[in-house]
Amino acid sequence: MNVHEFQAKQLLSKYGVAVPPGEVCDSPESAKRVGDQFFNKGASMVVVKSQIHAGGRGKGTFKSGFRGGVKLCKSADEVFENARGMLGNVLVTKQTGPEGRLVSKVLVEMAREIQKELYVAVLLDRTISRPILMASTEGGMDIEEVAAKTPEKIVKEAIDPALGMMPYQARKVAAALGLKGDLLNQAAKLLQGIYRTWWECDATLVEINPFCVVLSNDGKAALLAVDAKLSLDDNALYRHPDLQAMRDLAEEAPLETAASKFNLNYIKLDGTIACLVNGAGLAMATMDIIQHFGGRPANFLDVGGGASQEQVAAAFQIILQDPNVKGILVNIFGGIMDCDVIAKGIVAAVKQTGLQLPLVVRLEGNNVAAGKKTLADSDLTIIGADSMADAAQKVVHAVAKG
Amino acid sequence: MSILINPQTRILVQGITGSFGARHTQLSLAYGTQVVAGVTPGKGGQLFENKVPIFDTVAEAMKQSGATASAIFVPPAFAADAILEGVDAGLELVVCITEGIPVNDMVKVKRAMQGSKTRLIGPNCPGIVTPGPDKDSFGGCRIGISPGYIHRRGHIGVVSRSGTLTYEAVWQLTCRGVGQSTCVGIGGDPVNGTSHLDTIKLFEADPDTHGMILIGEIGGSAEEEAADWIKRNGSKPVAGFIAGATAPPGRRMGHAGAIVSGGKGTAAAKIDAFRDAGIGVAATPSEMAETLLKMM
Repeated sequence: MNVHEFQAKQLLSKYGVAVPPGEVCDSPESAKRVGDQFFNKGASMVVVKSQIHAGGRGKGTFKSGFRGGVKLCKSADEVFENARGMLGNVLVTKQTGPEGRLVSKVLVEMAREIQKELYVAVLLDRTISRPILMASTEGGMDIEEVAAKTPEKIVKEAIDPALGMMPYQARKVAAALGLKGDLLNQAAKLLQGIYRTWWECDATLVEINPFCVVLSNDGKAALLAVDAKLSLDDNALYRHPDLQAMRDLAEEAPLETAASKFNLNYIKLDGTIACLVNGAGLAMATMDIIQHFGGRPANFLDVGGGASQEQVAAAFQIILQDPNVKGILVNIFGGIMDCDVIAKGIVAAVKQTGLQLPLVVRLEGNNVAAGKKTLADSDLTIIGADSMADAAQKVVHAVAKG
Repeated sequence: MSILINPQTRILVQGITGSFGARHTQLSLAYGTQVVAGVTPGKGGQLFENKVPIFDTVAEAMKQSGATASAIFVPPAFAADAILEGVDAGLELVVCITEGIPVNDMVKVKRAMQGSKTRLIGPNCPGIVTPGPDKDSFGGCRIGISPGYIHRRGHIGVVSRSGTLTYEAVWQLTCRGVGQSTCVGIGGDPVNGTSHLDTIKLFEADPDTHGMILIGEIGGSAEEEAADWIKRNGSKPVAGFIAGATAPPGRRMGHAGAIVSGGKGTAAAKIDAFRDAGIGVAATPSEMAETLLKMM
């Protein structure tokens, strides 16, 4: 699960990480009021930031034609105008896809003069099964690009989960970022706070990009988490009701949310051949084999190892809500679950939904003969298949025929 | 012979009285597996199915039954504790079937297991099967949730992160009359106990394993590490398949570990590593067995 920037900053601030003063607003009027307050406190600039779960906001364009999902403002009137340009409009960035995301909240923050942009992240290093702190002097850029072009500019420090991040490790990374004097000690404290946020929230990623050296009101340099991205481990949400409450369903694809209610794992893709499979690996492999034979998968759908009749019915209903779907491939390796139960579920679902599209079913495993007989006796035009390759070829052919 | 387990291996089941654990214990018993004890705290002294004694702790169950391996079926919130209880008791092998364990719990488990003699398989895995000599491979050792009857005793090792994709490969072999030495599901989580590489090394050292099927998927670099080792040290034919070539980047495909992030862990990179190591790459998941058999 992802959270919004303003939520990430709330959490970071709880663990002692300095973030810019700011407030989240859902109307241009409230944004103006917050902007006013900041200007009255002596801010020279205020920033308005669209809150969506996607990057590239600054360079994004709204479907209304309004340009830029992040805007610097010199007056409260500018804050108002920019908030009005963003709120209630759909922002398209390089990460949202062409459909974009509706902006219903903006974060209004006091902006400071940035002297230096750094990059800091905490994430799991799968090769060592430990968290690492990753940092770079190349803040404000796409870190994947930095990694590809100048990997020497990225420093990594592995953290022992039994100890947490030790102060010396934080100082080492701060020094590698070129920070000195007061800033070195400040950074060490902040880096530890970022790690604690990662660990205690059960995050999969905390990314501060940019992590900035700014000029504070008293003329001294200070460190600030100017942007923040936080992703949480879904498996750990059960022990964080406060974080669960941060879930924003508007940011999730509606069909994926509907599927999750039936314990189905569904991810929408942009092809025309829907698939319904048991097991994640087999589901991915089914998508791959559809593509191999010239088709394009419309979705990933894992009904789990022990799918019930109700789940199969729900799965069909979800698949069929995707208007691009022109054919369906069911691929079940019923190792232990009864293939006949699955077959009955398919027959019931086809009747219930009045399915008109070509349906290819490949069943294998326990009680498969009875399952195949149930399908054959159903008077429905279900195309049977004997292997994954056979099934994929048949569904691609049926869809091509129209 | 086989790796990790054989038909004589004595097994205990942690979480034997839960519905999931109970069902699969029954199936393992029917397969002929030596399930000699169960553990459910608070139910010590009872019998499972009137024959398998239940204990309150793993240590007690081991002492009384002589079990050396365990299967864990406890819910995700209790799984890390169950694994470490098995480690503390000194089991040789712990197989954790549980899906949905928080990643940080597994980070802690791996840290705590440093220097331990116990081998962990999983979590979020179908388990291990060493097929037996009887009809439908009965008389073998089955730890976990795999369907026993699809196996056949023989000389091919199978290792995979995915359950049903393993069954697919095993079934393709069995349908061609080719048996398996041991089939290992290492699990789909980003932090697991035993890697592809660990398993490949065991198969390489097992004189009874003559060839391998290595099934991987997007995410991480475990397949690349295994391929690199095979390139330098492998003497047996290996066929491979990588699932997820069509998966969109940045999305978790069912398994917690199946995600392409930051351009890393793509199917294309893994397939390249396989080819470079001389692993026969199955063009489709339907051709896993065929690809291997052509190499043998």
